[in-house]
This record gives sequence, structure tokens and C-alpha cells, in this order.
Amino acid sequence: MPMHIGEKEFTNRIDKGLGDDFMRGAVRSAQGRLQTNRAKAAEELGDWEEWRTLGQEIRQHTLENLDFYLQQLSEQVANRGGHVYFAETADDANQYVSEVIAKKNAKKVAKAKSMVTEEIGLNEVLEANGCEVVETDLGEYILQIDDHDPPSHIVAPALHKNKEQIRDVFKEKLGYTNSEKPEELTLFAREQLRKEFLSADVGITGCNFAIAESGSFALVTNEGNARMVSTLPKTQITVMGMERIVPTWEELDVLVSLLTRAAVGQKLTSYVTALTGPKDEGDVDGPEEFHLVIVDNGRSKMIGTEFQEALHCIRCAACINVCPVYRHVGGHAYGSIYPGPIGAVITPVLGGYEDYKELPYASSLCGACTEVCPVKIPLHEQLILHRQKIVEEEKKSDLVERLAMQGFSMITSSSKLFNVSTRMAPFLVTPFVKDGVIVKGPGQIKSWTNIRDLPVPQKERFRDWFKNREKGGSRHGQRGN
Amino acid sequence: MAKGEIKNRESFLDTIANNLARPRKTSGVERPKWSNQVQWNVLANYTQDELLDVLEKQCDSIHTDLVRTSENDLSQALRNVIEGFGGKSVMTWDDSRFNSFGLADSFRAWKQDGIDVHKWDASNGDQSIQLAEQADVGITFSDITLAESGTVVLFSDQGKGRSVSLLPATYIAIIPKSTIVPRMTQATREIHQRVENGERIASCVNFISGPSNSADIEMNLVVGVHGPIKATYIVVEDC
Repeated sequence: MPMHIGEKEFTNRIDKGLGDDFMRGAVRSAQGRLQTNRAKAAEELGDWEEWRTLGQEIRQHTLENLDFYLQQLSEQVANRGGHVYFAETADDANQYVSEVIAKKNAKKVAKAKSMVTEEIGLNEVLEANGCEVVETDLGEYILQIDDHDPPSHIVAPALHKNKEQIRDVFKEKLGYTNSEKPEELTLFAREQLRKEFLSADVGITGCNFAIAESGSFALVTNEGNARMVSTLPKTQITVMGMERIVPTWEELDVLVSLLTRAAVGQKLTSYVTALTGPKDEGDVDGPEEFHLVIVDNGRSKMIGTEFQEALHCIRCAACINVCPVYRHVGGHAYGSIYPGPIGAVITPVLGGYEDYKELPYASSLCGACTEVCPVKIPLHEQLILHRQKIVEEEKKSDLVERLAMQGFSMITSSSKLFNVSTRMAPFLVTPFVKDGVIVKGPGQIKSWTNIRDLPVPQKERFRDWFKNREKGGSRHGQRGN
Repeated sequence: MAKGEIKNRESFLDTIANNLARPRKTSGVERPKWSNQVQWNVLANYTQDELLDVLEKQCDSIHTDLVRTSENDLSQALRNVIEGFGGKSVMTWDDSRFNSFGLADSFRAWKQDGIDVHKWDASNGDQSIQLAEQADVGITFSDITLAESGTVVLFSDQGKGRSVSLLPATYIAIIPKSTIVPRMTQATREIHQRVENGERIASCVNFISGPSNSADIEMNLVVGVHGPIKATYIVVEDC
């Protein structure tokens, strides 16, 4: 699945999200839990602000020297017998992976959860080549079985589904006969997927952090599927976004400590697996052949710009978990596999303003995201920067909006026009009033009244009321309706 | 092992350097002095006994039982846990510590009681993986143990297969008390120093904190997904 998901029109996606009561309930409860767990873990650790500062410094230094660290990483991987491919575009990456798989004559690929492979649409390419691709993360597996439903959260991809829906999907597609209890559903998935791990020819993983000094990379997981995928198949391919790297094992410690707490409030996940090259000579398990694919796909467009800090992201989703906009519209509304505040910052760069110019506006700029970011990315400031670029430089703001704003500025800058229009307002809206509120407004008001009612303008304008009050009217006098 | 291939690197890294508005850096980059090293404050100056208490408490949060035992009682303690798991077939690492802690003899004796103990055998190839997959219990030692997070660190090796702690339905880690350190900071410093000394690091370093789990269905925690469903740590008082 490429980066873009769902309907093309932003407003249609939003309507769908707002109308999905189950999804909104699930998101509210998940956000609540994840926020509480994160805050508790941060407090328990102590010195959280110092940890964040350290995380920020590490990310900044690494990005400023990214060419050096990627070179070091690639040399070390090659020294351990692994192959490294630098992919400038999604197509380059997909083609390389396809070639490796073709050379191995592989029929089945087992995949551990990876956002970058979603971003480049790797599964579709491999499936088109006649290869069976099995997602093995429980959430991703559920989505794949359900006719490739897109993920709605970068840590919990199936957050928008309830257990009854999952039971029905398993029943319909896989002949599942048990109940909707999460334990039973999980056990069923374990049995199904165990067979797949043992029979897969190639394992594909993402990468949380590569470690430049030793050519290693770390996978931060809970289910054990990434361990399976890197233990059983004879060939392993790891795909990483080019910014997912730390200088040494010492920085790995700091960033993993921040990631697991910020993401789910754990001190460490069940598994942090650090792999270096293919298996050693004489070892039995582990891949015989190892390929590392390092992906740019638009990331370098952020380097050296005001958006460079967005590349500091360690994909914990803490910003998503506190975002009031995400809370209401859900992940699919963003139209990108990267939702929430971080998605609204990086998606328009990776995918272009043409398709994603609305996303920087999907924010109340409350700054909750910036406050929780474990590496101190100024997310809401980055969103403002996007808006500035869109309005001032790109001149891509909506024509109707610009005309309306022009009209508004003309009216408000002329006292005569302002007086006339504010006096007219109560009468103009009369046809739309029901039970004392506007329920179905015209023109610009429509977007508001689609979602909620708008109070009817007061008959007595504030200015008139104020003037009367000054003349000795009742101090607490009500404005006439 | 032959050196691997690197493809398409130069133009890729040139683009990055160009966008950073400076020439390519191929050497001479040093990590700066970070403004703090707050990670070293966690559980600083704790004694081995205090660290063990922290570890034991953390085990409650990660759904893992912790058993304390002496070197003399280790064999019996291990047997009790295996029986508690209903284990009939067991797979262990090929690790000299099983001998030095006197367990190898016990394993031979258990056979007549119907507990089959297999040792990971690199010369058996894929058959070892199949044996691990069929085993009820996997047993390894811990190479480094992290008190804060309840983590055993395992370095893979010919005799120390990755599958032993992964494929069986239940997992037991034997933790010599002397291996306990405060947190990941101490373990990663150790590995970093090995890299600096030019030592070869294990192809797989696993940081394992209890059994596998998932919260992917309605954020309900389910313990036991693809890896082991249950885990127990046995701490041996060796210091």
C-alpha cells in the first residue's frame, strides 16, 4: 500500500471519520490509556526533560552528519558479509527487493511490521510479481486478511477495529470458529502464522535504529514476529528510512529508552533484537544472506530546510496519542499512512502539497504534540511553517477561501460596510434557523453547521447594546433578541 | 566471510551533503560531549542485592515469575519450573555454564522420569530448529541482566541458537546474580567497548523482557503471541 490511503478528497475522509462512532470511541479510549501510560513511565524514570534534551541532541548531531554515519553503517554491514543498496526512490527500493526475491526464486515472504515498506508500497509490487506476502504483526495481519484495510495508527495499526469485527473477518476469511475474546483471536493467529514463519523463503523487516559503528540494526517489538522473521527464513531483507540511525550502541540505549516509554509506557518492549549481518559461519539459525535497503524517497528534501527536525522522529506516536484532531477524525482521515501531527508535517513533504495541502490545517495548534515529543520536535511550529509556505509561497490556498477572506477584509476595513453587514446578518440567516439555532447554514457557514449548530446572530448588535448600556441602560441588561 | 556489495551509495550520500550545504564527510566525525548523561543516574550505586530486588519487582509488571535459588538447589528449582510448565521435552543452549552449574548430570538423570533434554547442536543443522520448535520448554543462561526493565541479554553463538528462547511455548532464563546490572546503559556500554576494541559482536543480540505479548486488539494486553507464552527467571545466588 503506497503512502496515500482512502478517498482523494480530504473533506470526504473527514466526514467518514466523524461518522464512525465505533472508531471514535476506540480512539478516545486508546488515547486515554496511552497518554496515561506514557506520563507514568516518564515520571517513574525521572529527569524526563534531561532525557528529552539528550534525545534531541543525539538526533540533531546524527542528522547533521548523516552522510558520514550512513557511509560508516554501509561499510560495517558489508564487512560482515551483508549487502547494502541505497534507494533514492520507492521504485528503486521495490525493484531491488524484487530482484533479490527473483534470484532466490522465493515464493513466500514473511514480513514484520514496517512503516517504510507501507510507504513505498512494497507488498503490491511483490504480489504483482506472483509472490505471497504474509504480514505477521498481529494488527497488520488482521488488516491484510480484511482485504488490505489500511493502518490507522503507526504503533497500533488496527486501532480502528473492534474485536467483533476481527472475529467476523477471521470467521469469513479463515474459517475461525471461536469467540471474540482477544486471547482466543490471538492464539488463532499464532497457530496460523507459525506455519508461515516455518515455510517462508524470505523475511522482510523494517528498522527502528541502525547502529553505524557496528553495522547493526535494532528491532523494538513485543510479539516476537520480528524475531521469527529474522531467525527462520534463509534470506533476510531489511528496509530502513535513511534517517533511522544512531552513531553507537550508547545512543541506541538513550533512544530506545525514550521510544518504549513515549510509545506505550514500557521500560523496554518484550524484545529489542539487534542484528548484525547474516548469521555467523557455523550458526544454524539466522539468515544466510542479508540485504539492507536504505530509502530516501523524498526525505532528503527535508535536509537543510526548516523541516529537517521532522527527520528526528523516532516513530513513537506520542504526538498522535495526544492530538485532539486525531481523536475526532481518526487515522484514515489524514489520507496518509503517517497520521497525526507528525504525519501532517512529513506527508506534505514526501507526497507534495498538491495532494496534502490540507493536512497542516488539521491541527488546532494547541502544541500538545510538541510537549510530548521525546526528541523535542517543534511539531506545531512546523505545521505553521507549512501553512506559511502554502499561503505565501505556493499560493495554493483554496480560491473560495481567499475570496471570502478578501470579502471579509474589505467589509471589516470599512466601517460603513461592517455596520450594514452586521445589521443584515440576523435577517439573512432567518431561512436557516430551526429551534433558535442555525442547523444547515449556507456558503462558508456550511462547513461549521455540517458538524454542529451555530447560534443565531443577536438582533441587537453588541455595539448598539454597549451604546445603550452606556446611556444608562441596565448594567446587567440582556441583549435583545 | 566475503565482503558484501554496496550499490548506489555515492550519488545518494552526495545529495545529502549538498542539501546540508557542505562537502561530503567521510571521516573525522566525533560524537560531541552531550549536555547530560542522565542515563547513568538510574539505579546508580545500588548493591547487587538491591538490584535483584528491583528486578524481582519489575517481573510483576512483565508477567514473569522469578525464583531465587542457591547453586546447590538450582537443579531442583529448575525441575520444579519445568514440571510447572508441564514440560516433557526441553531444549537448552550448548553452553559450558550448564556444566559448571552442575546441570548436565541432572539432565541425564531426568530422562528416566520422562523429561527429554536436548542440547542445541550446530552440527545438526535445521534439525536443531525442528527440535526447538517441538520442545515444550526452552532454557538459556542470561549473559547480562538488566534490573530496571527485567531483561535478559542473550548473545547468539554456534551453541547459543536464537531459536531456543523463541520457538518453545515456554521459556526459562537462568540468571547468575553476578550478571545483574542497573539498566540497558551498562550493557550497551559493554558492547560499544567491544566494538571499539575491534572485537566481533554476536550476529544476534537479544534483549528479552518476559513472554511475548500484544495489545493490537482493542488495546487489550494478551500475553503469548508468536514467541513464548510463559516465562520464568531463575536467579542463582553466585555472589
